[in-house]
Order: sequence, then C-alpha cells, then structure tokens
Amino acid sequence: MIPELEKFFRVNKLPHIWCPGCGNGIITRCLVEAISQLDIDYDKTIVISGIGCSSRAPGYMNFDTLHTTHGRALAFATGVKLANPELTVFVITGDGDATAIGGNHFIHAARRNIDLNVILYNNNIYGMTGGQGSPLTPTGHFSTTTPYGSVDRNFDITKLAIAAGATYVARGTAFHDKLLTDCIKKGVENKGFSLIEAITMCPISYGRKNNFATPANMLEWQKNNAINVKAAQKLPPEKIAGKFLIGELHNEPYAEYTAEYDKLIAKYQEGAK
Amino acid sequence: MTDKKARLLQGNHACTLGALAAGVRFYAGYPITPSTEIAEIMSEELPKLGGKFIQMEDEIASMACILGASLTGKKVLTASSGPGISLKQENIGFAAMTEIPCVIVNVQRLGPSTGGPTSPAQGDIMQARWGTHGDHPIIALCPSSVKECFDLTVTAVNFTEKYRVPVYLMLDEIVGHMREKVVLPNPEELELVERKKPTCAPHEYKPYATDESLIPEMADFGTGYKWHVTGLFHDETGFPSNSSQVAERLMSRLMNKIEKYKDEICMWEEIQTDDAELLLVAYGCTARSAQEAIKLLRAEGIKIGLFKPKTIWPFPELPLEKLAQQAKHVIVPEMNLGQLYYEIDRICKDKAQVSGLFKANGELITPGEIIAKVKEVLS
Amino acid sequence: MGNNPLEIFIEKCKACGICYTLCPRQAIGSDEQGKVIITEIDKCTKCGICENHCPDYAIIVRREKN
Repeated sequence: MIPELEKFFRVNKLPHIWCPGCGNGIITRCLVEAISQLDIDYDKTIVISGIGCSSRAPGYMNFDTLHTTHGRALAFATGVKLANPELTVFVITGDGDATAIGGNHFIHAARRNIDLNVILYNNNIYGMTGGQGSPLTPTGHFSTTTPYGSVDRNFDITKLAIAAGATYVARGTAFHDKLLTDCIKKGVENKGFSLIEAITMCPISYGRKNNFATPANMLEWQKNNAINVKAAQKLPPEKIAGKFLIGELHNEPYAEYTAEYDKLIAKYQEGAK
Repeated sequence: MTDKKARLLQGNHACTLGALAAGVRFYAGYPITPSTEIAEIMSEELPKLGGKFIQMEDEIASMACILGASLTGKKVLTASSGPGISLKQENIGFAAMTEIPCVIVNVQRLGPSTGGPTSPAQGDIMQARWGTHGDHPIIALCPSSVKECFDLTVTAVNFTEKYRVPVYLMLDEIVGHMREKVVLPNPEELELVERKKPTCAPHEYKPYATDESLIPEMADFGTGYKWHVTGLFHDETGFPSNSSQVAERLMSRLMNKIEKYKDEICMWEEIQTDDAELLLVAYGCTARSAQEAIKLLRAEGIKIGLFKPKTIWPFPELPLEKLAQQAKHVIVPEMNLGQLYYEIDRICKDKAQVSGLFKANGELITPGEIIAKVKEVLS
Repeated sequence: MGNNPLEIFIEKCKACGICYTLCPRQAIGSDEQGKVIITEIDKCTKCGICENHCPDYAIIVRREKN
C-alpha cells in the first residue's frame, strides 16, 4: 500500500481477516484512495456497514465507523446523515446484506435520494457464513445452498437502484481498480444517493465451487467479461450478450433529502420568516 | 411564577410533549395503532424546533435510524406497539450492546401477532425485559396517567442519556388514548440530563473505558474522535475481540450498570399501605382500577393498599419486600395471563400469599373484578 | 538492488498469487509457499498492477518523484 494512504487505515488492526485472494482488500483500497483524492473533512467522514465479510472493512478504516446489524446499515446511515447533514457518509455493504435482508432499506434510501455513498461489495455469495447462495449468485451457479446450481434468478442491483431513484449508479471491479476509484469519487460528488457496485471475488467459497482455480483467474474473468459502458455504445448487441457493463451507468441529479428537510425547517421553525 | 394552564391532553400527546421538553430532537417511526399519534405530533412539532422526523420503511429501520442519529449527539425516541416492538428487538439489542442512548415507547395492544390493534393489554412486560436475544440491560417505565406519560418520558430520556441503556416507556392503549386534564411544568422546572462526553484528546479516547461510574464517555460522530462501534463483543477500545475474558468483562459491566444505579432508577408509589394487610400490586391502567377498588373496599373497612411500580425493570424489589412483610395477601391484577406476577411472587412468596388476577381479552380489569378477587382471597 | 522499485512486505503476503499472475512482465514470481518474490526486476516497468491488486497491501512500487 502506498504510504500516502496509511493515515486512512487503522494500521494496527491489519492484516485484515479476509481470506487469501479475497478482493475486499482491493475494493477497500480503492475506497480509501477515492477519499484521499476528495476535498472532504476526514473528521466528518463516517463509514457504516452491516454484517458480512465486506462489512468488516470499516474496522480497518480510520474514521468514525459503525458496524451495525445485518442488512441495516442504510437505516442507521439515514439516521446519521439526517441528524447531521454536514457529515460525508459511506455505506459498505455486501450482496447478501444489501439486496436480501437489507433490500427494503436499499430501495427506500434510494427513493429518498438521501446523500449516502454506498459501496456494494458484490462477491456473489454469503462469505462470512461459509458460502451460501445470495440474490446476486448467478442462476445456475453453485454454493453450499445451491448444490445443484441456483434456480433463483439473480438481481441486477444497478437496475434496481436506478428504478428506486438513486441519482448516481456505477459499477467497477477489483480488476478495474482505477475506474472503481473514479466511480466512488463521482458518487461522493453526487449530492444524493449513490450506488457503486464493486465486483469483488471470493475465491474460497465461490471461486472453488464455480471453476475458478485461482484468485487471479477471477480477476481475469472480470477483465474479460466487463465492457465499459462507453465502449458498449459502439458495439453490436451480440458482442455485449453475456457480458456486464462497467463505468457510470446513471447520473441524474434530483433534490437531496436532507437539504429538502432543512428547507422545511427553515420555513416552519419557530421564529423563522 | 409563570401562569400554568391546565390542558386536556391524550396520553400519547403528553408523551410527545415530554419528549420534546426533555430535548428529543430526532424521531424515526412507522405507523401503527395505537401509537401513531406520537409520530403524527412529532412530524408536526420537530421541524418547528429545528429537529428531524422521518417515517421509515419499517420498524426495524426506525429503530436503526434513531441509533444512527443518537451517535451524532441527538436525543432520540421512537414509538410503536406489539408487532412493531417485536421487529425492533434486533436493534434494541444493538443499542444495549453498544450503549447508544435511545427511548422506545411501547403503547401496548392485545397480542400475540396482529392481535387486537385497538384493544389495551399489558402483555409485553416480559418482552420488554427479555425481548432481544442474549443477556442485556434494560430499563422500563410504566405510566398510569396522562401526567405520568409526560413526566416519565422526561425521566426515560434522562435515564437513557445518563446510563446509556435503552429505556422502554410502557404505555397501553388506555393510557395512550385516554384524555385527562393536566398541568405541565414549565421547561425551566425540568431537570435534564446530558450525556457525558470525552474531554481527552482524540488519540487518548477509549470509547468503552470507564471509571467507577461504569458509564463510558460518548463522543459525537463527526467530532474527530474516530471511534468504532460494533455489536460484536468489544474491549474498551471499541474493537471486536474473541476473548472470553473481554466478553465477560463487558457483559458484567453492562449488567452492573443497572445494579449499581438501581436505587436511582427504581420509582414506585405506595398508596394507603401503612396499615394494609392486603396489598395490590398494579401498574399502568390497571393501577387506576386498583385505586378505585381500594376506595370502595376501604369504605367497607378492609385494610388494603396499593404498591404501584413506575419502574418495572429493574423491579423495585426491596420496597415491595418490606410491604409484603406486613401484608397477609398480595394480589397482582394485570392485563395478561401472568407476567409481572411471577416476579412479584418470587419477591413476596415467603412473606405473603400471592395471587394473580389475569385478563387478556382486550378489556380492562374493572374495580369490581378486583373487589371480587379480594373477597375471594379473604373468604 | 539500487534500481529495485518494489518494496515487498513479506509478512503481509497471504500467498494468493494475484500479483505475479497479473504481472505483465514476469518481474515477480513465487517461492515454495506461494509467496511473492522478485524474479527479474529489470523487467519491472513500475506499472503498479501488483501494488493495486494486492488485497493485503504487501507491495509498494516506488516511483521517482520529479
């Protein structure tokens, strides 16, 4: 890790608990790098997570950090941000945390367009509990609870976020780290609900069951299957089929929740006129 | 002295006014009968005071949301009823574990399940004590009048800010919806508690280190202390630990906070107990029927009194024990099928005969039913 | 090794193999335990792919500052 980033980590808490080859360390480094490049007050930066592998990330990050209950990070974060809109709030969540048990909170935080910066570490699996299928486990893929291949259809969480009202939506991968860092920065610059889906990898619980021999193979898969959204515009549909898009997928500003609430207070507060 | 006007207020309304007077400036909730008025009034009043109201997507989120707000230094409250309180349990446990101040109002209705949304009950007494998993500290207060709804809400906010323990305010549908004439104190008459904040430099801050008070200092998020909050067992630095000694130390401190301050936390009233040979123990709306029954029974020459706990968790054990020594019989009327009864039986059984009068059909226990029970016990 | 731009913190290495698999020039390789070692440092172009993809922050690429 470059020395310039060390101050953003609780260095005495490293090494982290993640398995060899887990992409979460890469995503967390991208997040920290984005923070280092942004003009924000680090004392007023809060990192909040739910439960799961990725949700352990805030413990390694040198900010006010809040490791909440499973799926509830966005509900806690809504309280933090609404109570003190001066704060820059990041939410770190996983695919199980955000889209299954926390799915309702996800939809409604996006609907309100509250200024939260959500980094969804998508490893396609419940890693912390040993590799059970999640709503982002692709159909037909294997996990400890989908031993015959998942019958469930998986979400495209970026489409869900857009439909629910998120104003900035992007996707990056552990392989495309610079793009991911850039997306996170743009997400913070967006005054509203920003979702950055970060495709990470779980070589131990997901990779081994789905024909990925090594962690590097999983990064290579990301490289070979991601198409930048700008490049995709020039490609025929058959070149895009079966691949996934990365980059900025949606950017449509809308009134931000806490700013709107402050306007309401300005109008109705006693003594206001 | 300022002129104080008498006002006709509903219990839920008085509870809201108590919260605002105590300094609550953040409310998150979800509509549910019979507590909804609290959310409605908060949505109207909080912006006027520069505070924030948010209607969340569900009860779980409401509980989480107030905890997030509390971490920024705000005094917070949420209100709900049976089904909603069941859903909140997860994050009530989080609040107990992480010591984030919060008040939860439970306007009790008949359960289980959807039960009777508009029917009163006192069926959540044990849920208040043990609703979330694992051993944990809890404080629960129980008003029996509109005035007490105001007063005990102020106390609940003070308690949670002081002890950093989640505090339940246990109303019931009758107390919550009943209207009474009340005279509220002026704001300057109220003693308010502010949570203890660190004065040390951020790099010296240990968020869960304590002195003999057992209550750690709490930094507001966003003030540079950069601390970590987790529902995992954690040491005094706030970071998780797998050590059984760390778990034991934290657990015993959490529980000892209640033990240490029991005398300050426990509130109760003794009504006509000086010569009482027969003692009613009643709380909430049932205490009102008990008082009426006592009036009528006293007229018949029966020496009967009332022990009315305002704090139900922790239960004011010693004063009740003392009264039970002089009483031959203790009767516990409650609107459930026996909950606080077992606690009272445990306290009194070697001193007096303890009987229960239980009802869980959505109707209140009448003075007549209490009188009949008393006569049955005496015969 | 005056020209070695790579600083490796071997105690941080979890032997996942990402760095030397992704290295476009095979400047690094693995020891018997699968941990990263420098093999042909002259081939290193300081591209940073190893540093940026090490999940355990075990590699720093030193770049000369102008």
